[in-house]
Amino acid sequence: MADEKFDVIIVGAGPAGASAAITCARTGLSTVLLERGEYPGAKNVQGGILYTKMLTEIIPDFWKEPKPPVERHITEQKVMLLSNQSAIHLGFKSADWRKEPHNCYSIIRVSFDRWYAKKAEEAGAELYTGVLVSDLIKKNGKICGVKTSEGDELFANVVIACDGVNSLLAQKAGLIDEWRPDEVALAVKETLALPKEKIEERFSLEANEGATFEMFGKVTEGMLGYAFLYTNKESLSLGVGCKVSHFQKTGIPPYELLDHLKAHPILKPLIKDAQSLEYSGHLIPEGGYYSMPPLYTDGFLIAGDAAQMVNPSHREGSNLAMTAGKLAAETVIESKKTGDTSSKFLSLYQKKLRETFIIPDLYDHKDLEEKIEERPELLTDIPDLVCNAAYEYFNVDGRAKRDVQSAILKKIFRNKAVRKIIKSELNLKNLLGLFKGAVKSALNYKNLS
Amino acid sequence: MSTVEEKLGTLAFKNDHQSHISIPNPKICLTQCKDKPCTKVCPAKVYDWDESQKKIVVGYENCIECGAARMICPFQNIRWEMPRGGFGVSYKFG
Repeated sequence: MADEKFDVIIVGAGPAGASAAITCARTGLSTVLLERGEYPGAKNVQGGILYTKMLTEIIPDFWKEPKPPVERHITEQKVMLLSNQSAIHLGFKSADWRKEPHNCYSIIRVSFDRWYAKKAEEAGAELYTGVLVSDLIKKNGKICGVKTSEGDELFANVVIACDGVNSLLAQKAGLIDEWRPDEVALAVKETLALPKEKIEERFSLEANEGATFEMFGKVTEGMLGYAFLYTNKESLSLGVGCKVSHFQKTGIPPYELLDHLKAHPILKPLIKDAQSLEYSGHLIPEGGYYSMPPLYTDGFLIAGDAAQMVNPSHREGSNLAMTAGKLAAETVIESKKTGDTSSKFLSLYQKKLRETFIIPDLYDHKDLEEKIEERPELLTDIPDLVCNAAYEYFNVDGRAKRDVQSAILKKIFRNKAVRKIIKSELNLKNLLGLFKGAVKSALNYKNLS
Repeated sequence: MSTVEEKLGTLAFKNDHQSHISIPNPKICLTQCKDKPCTKVCPAKVYDWDESQKKIVVGYENCIECGAARMICPFQNIRWEMPRGGFGVSYKFG
């Protein structure tokens, strides 16, 4: 493949890259897809929940295939607040989620990526695995190709970087420098084998139905992040992720955090006798809107994790990557028609992104993490307080209910963390500020070009 | 419960003969870096302080390629690059 010229080179065969490759190849563009792993997915980790809608826009009816690349369709979602001994559950289960097309599925990410990259090949893209792109080739300031670590050079009208959170290409293009530790989260997980009857029994699930759990509180030891438990066909995915800056500050080894999670008295029975199939770890770009790099330059586009396209509060990422990969490809297809691959023309990509859910969602969640970080008690004291209050409320100890209730209320209002929050939040200035802020961000959003 | 070594034992690696990680200035680890966060935060325990050699020993063969090391080092003293194509960790589940 040395010294060849293509319409488009796509670097990284994950959800963004494969989506871009499928879209380009289908319209007849000469498309090359480069993957540094031994096979697509070899370097990739996801919790993982995959949302159906964005994939059906590229592969309609994928779930009707004889062997669809998914595990269980999710019919129940739970959020749990954990203290050392207890858990409060907030859950939603719907029979509507039993109907096709399902809202979302649990997936084994490596199997999914292998399937998806195969679709790109079937559409006509050339896939090369075990190829690390180590640099970009520029001519007159415009990006026109890539150089591999083995010294091969490939040329194209446009390069799409879908090379993930550790995007070397976005750095080489000069669009990002290096993420700060507060712009990324580090997540570790284990895939735990469990027979399917046991999964369905333990989680009250029908055959092929799945459940998701996101867990907050003690499980992150005061760091900003959450733990998760997802049901696959014959395994469970159990993991925890927190901001890198918080790991740095606390010095808690991530694998120890994972072991604490596995030993939690509420979770332990759920994973009993489940053998670990694989340990994994990955960075998640959680800087959001403020951390997004410029998304295009002459002859170059970025999509997916490489561009910080993750909405952590809704555990969405691979779906953003798919839509972004598709839109990047559509931009390249347009540019092929006009022969214009300038930065100015490729800005169409950003315009397209604004018209989808991607930029609005990232924009609307841009301050969430910072707001939580300003209130560290939300991550420690409050979950404990709420769990303890629930324990006292449901525990029958001979006291009259009215005495129990007033004792609980007293504890809540005397709690230091609660007082601190009330004191700092409930004042006229804040309420006015909140109103002003809302108006301002509405105007800002309207004015975004 | 399992040790990190047991956890890493679940993984498949294809190791290059050359390391993709280096510490450009080992003196900084000895003289300036008290906390040595790399020895704690790396999820694969790649970085270990060797008291007899007075330096960080890098077990690059265990690297699961999360890339956090670059951000964890307070002195930007970890040079972390991608392993060459086809080398390094290969997840089966991911």
